[in-house]
Amino acid sequence: MKQNLIALLCGIIFGIGLSLSQMINPNKVLNFLDITGNWDPSLIFVMMGALAVAFVSFKWILKRPTPILAESFHISRKLSVDKPLLLGAAIFGIGWGMSGYCPGPAVTGLGLLSLESVIMVVAIYLGFFAYNLFFEQK
Amino acid sequence: MENFTPLSATAGGALIGISVTLLLLFNGRIGGVSGIMNGVFFAPKNDRIWRLIFLAGLVLGAFIFQMLVPDFNIPRQNYPLLLLGLGGFLIGFGTRMSGGCTSGHGICGIANLSIRSLIATLTFMATGMITVYIIRHSLELAA
Repeated sequence: MKQNLIALLCGIIFGIGLSLSQMINPNKVLNFLDITGNWDPSLIFVMMGALAVAFVSFKWILKRPTPILAESFHISRKLSVDKPLLLGAAIFGIGWGMSGYCPGPAVTGLGLLSLESVIMVVAIYLGFFAYNLFFEQK
Repeated sequence: MENFTPLSATAGGALIGISVTLLLLFNGRIGGVSGIMNGVFFAPKNDRIWRLIFLAGLVLGAFIFQMLVPDFNIPRQNYPLLLLGLGGFLIGFGTRMSGGCTSGHGICGIANLSIRSLIATLTFMATGMITVYIIRHSLELAA
C-alpha cells in the first residue's frame, strides 16, 4: 500500500517534470534531434537537471542495505556492451526520431488528452508484445 | 535557437531526478518508463499494480500541470500517422531489446555510472538525429 502511494507520487512528480520541461511536446524533442535545423538544446538541460539530482542521490541511496519500503533493490547488474543493447538502442532511436516521443512522454501526453499519445502508447505496446513473444530468449 | 528554454528544462529535469530518487529510495525500483510499462503486462502478477499506478501518476501529473498552466503544452495535430504508428512500434521493440529508454538508460543508468546505459544513450541519440535529418531534410515529410 505504501509502495503504491510512493509510485503514485513519483509518477505525478515525473509527469509534472516532463510537462514543465515541455518534453511532452514532441516537436520540441524533434527540434533537439534536428542538429542541422533550428536546434533546441533544451533536452540536454533536462537530462543534466535530472542527472545532477540522481548522480548524488543514487550514490547515497545504494549505500543502504535495502530500500525503505522494500526488501531489495531491483537494479540491472549487467555489465557487457552486447549486440542487443546496441541494436535495440539504435532501433529505439529511429522510432524516437520518427515520432518525437519516447515512452515517458507518450504515456504522460495522455494527460493532455492528446490523440497522438493514444496512438503512441498502443504502438509501443505492440512493439513490446512483438519483442516479448518472438524474440525473448526463454 | 529561439525556442531554447534552459531554465524550465533544467527545473523539469530536476523534478524527474527527484522522482527517480524517491522511487529508488523507498521502493528500490528504477524509474525507467519503458520497463515499467512493459511490466504492466509481462511482470509477475504481484509486481504489476504499482506500475499501473506510476503510469496513472504520469498522466495525472500532466493533467494537474495543464490545469495550473493552460496552453503551456498544446497537443500536436496532423502529424503523419505512419510515423507515429511505426515509430511507436520501433520504440517498444527497441527498448525491450536494449532494456531501457531515455529515463531508464539516459537518466537512471547513467546516474548509476553504467557504461552500458551511457553507450545505449549515445546510440539512440545518434540514430534519432540521423532519422530526423532524413525525415525533415531529405524526405521533407514533416516540418
